[in-house]
Amino acid sequence: MSSRASAVSNQEIPGREVTMVDALRAALREEMRRDKRVILLGEDIGVEGGFGGAFTVTLGLSEEFGHHRVLDTPISEAAIAGVAAGAALAGLRPVADVQYGDFLFLAMDQLANNAAKLRYMSGGKLSVSMVFRAPVGATTRGAQHGQSLEAFFMHVPGLKVACPSNPYDGKGLLKTAIRDDNPVIFFEHKLLYGSKGARKEKGGLQVVGWVPDEEYLIPFGEAKIVRPGRDITLVANLLMVHKSMQAAEILAAEGVDAEVIDVRTLTPFDWETVFQSVRKTTRLLIVEEDNLTGGWGAEVAARVADDCIGYLDGPIRRIAAPDTPVPFAPVMENFYVPSVEKIVGAVRELVKVHN
Amino acid sequence: MSETKERKLFMYHRMLMCRMFEERVYYLFLEGRLPGTIHQSQGQEASAVGVCSALEDKDMITSTHRPHSHAIARGVSVRSLMAELFARETGCCRGKGGSMHVGDMEAGMVPAIAIVGGGIPLAAGCALAFRYLEQPNIVACFFGEGATNIGTFHEAVNMAAIWNLPVVFVCENNKYAASTAVEKVMRVKRVSERAMAYGIPGETLDGNDVEAVYQAMRKAGSRARAGDGPTLLELETYRFAGHSRSDPGRYREPEEVAAWKQRDPIARYEAKLLAERVLEPAEITKIKTSIERELEAAVAQAESDPSPKPEDCLSDVFAS
Repeated sequence: MSSRASAVSNQEIPGREVTMVDALRAALREEMRRDKRVILLGEDIGVEGGFGGAFTVTLGLSEEFGHHRVLDTPISEAAIAGVAAGAALAGLRPVADVQYGDFLFLAMDQLANNAAKLRYMSGGKLSVSMVFRAPVGATTRGAQHGQSLEAFFMHVPGLKVACPSNPYDGKGLLKTAIRDDNPVIFFEHKLLYGSKGARKEKGGLQVVGWVPDEEYLIPFGEAKIVRPGRDITLVANLLMVHKSMQAAEILAAEGVDAEVIDVRTLTPFDWETVFQSVRKTTRLLIVEEDNLTGGWGAEVAARVADDCIGYLDGPIRRIAAPDTPVPFAPVMENFYVPSVEKIVGAVRELVKVHN
Repeated sequence: MSETKERKLFMYHRMLMCRMFEERVYYLFLEGRLPGTIHQSQGQEASAVGVCSALEDKDMITSTHRPHSHAIARGVSVRSLMAELFARETGCCRGKGGSMHVGDMEAGMVPAIAIVGGGIPLAAGCALAFRYLEQPNIVACFFGEGATNIGTFHEAVNMAAIWNLPVVFVCENNKYAASTAVEKVMRVKRVSERAMAYGIPGETLDGNDVEAVYQAMRKAGSRARAGDGPTLLELETYRFAGHSRSDPGRYREPEEVAAWKQRDPIARYEAKLLAERVLEPAEITKIKTSIERELEAAVAQAESDPSPKPEDCLSDVFAS
């Protein structure tokens, strides 16, 4: 399937259709050309004859920028994160990555105790301008290569969290992340990288998005209404934006007009866009791939309840993964990951019962 | 005054400042005038001062939960340190750091990292930036022997080694990780043996001999600055105080403590400088009096300095 979530295509401006991988690589390339302080750190990211990182995002960059700017590291996630933070303190703008988001736990102390807190602990004197890219999402790799971890990092003061759903946002947000003076955890969904090429994912969406040739940035903290609607608000991120859009199309045929909001960044979070939407539609369904308990959706539910409860014509509902590790068997994984059918079903209930 | 004599007197003065600062802070705690906890470094002054005296302007250090002497040795202002311990807005971290996070990058010290081993990757990262930016600077990375058992030591030393980063890893082996004796948690006899695992030089030396520490650091620093990569220096030393303010140190034999006090780095250096006629007996009192006055002024200033406002808690989370 093809999804054009960017919705900014303008025939007047030159541009082209690209995949998420193309868009992220272009963002890295442009920022590295623009600013010598930008360096890349990660495992297998620049090896000749290698694969440009686990998902080819950095392919070709060591050839253009050299190994002093595209640093292949040992398998040392804590040091990757801490070295990136230290280099940031001393004036660089490192973009580090882990091959799978699950490995972030190995780097957790450096991210949560050092990168996130050094500005605060120094009384605002220091800044840690680094980006840490991390692929997430269940893709039949089981429990240690498929988690969705956004909520862990949303909970840490001092970290920004981005989670683009399409190439246009991916490029614009990554460029913004690199220029940001704060540590940014940048989540990428493995099924959104594209379904073609050397590292294609079974079941991957061929998400192609129009991206202008000219430079653009997307500010953090601005959610996007990817489908305006009147009857219910669906709030989602990453892959779940696409599933919510598919659900919205099915619901439209039934006369239910769903508004779909792509949060784009979790920290900072664009509460106002969500609140305004809920006040208009009076119903809210949050869709996330994270485990239900303590997921970012719980925070959205709490804030909406706090701010908009008088506007609501029904309970706030969440569709999330159950509170289990990610299973391997495709039949179980399909049950685990929120599906279009589950979203449609939940919306039908909310609209029917409380109409 | 010759450069050597000047340096020796400087190191003596700095060590005394470290000691007298810690003693002053100890009594301030006993009197209930300071909040929080403290990890004191009496007895370890030679490693802090020997290492930092061998650094150049714009070189950087990283430190630990026991950072006071490192900060003083690196030249972080005593007033800003004292004010931080008093939780004042004028503190080096504006009251947001406290004892375990003192530092000032303008003075060449990353705010201290109080998770054991947590600062080692930061040191390697700063060193990476120095080399990348073609700055002729190095990083001295302080940690205790206990930190060499944590994963970040392995990961960051290895990374610094394979990339020949300009960093010197300074292990202050004070024999105890909190209350746990080093022999219980390490099969090797010397921490410096661990350098072999990374293909870098490792050296164990008397960490209470400030001159020896200084010379070893000059050598390791020159090597790092020349692009030849890191060195692991193991400085054998001892903390006279407990691990933290609540620790009476019952896990150490009194004889052991007494024996190490015989090797007091400051008394030893003082005797050496007197013998070399670098220092005259009459000067000692003068130096101590001047330090006493400086500390007195720092305490008085800190006590009268403004406290942060409660709601200042909300700022400095993000750079805007």
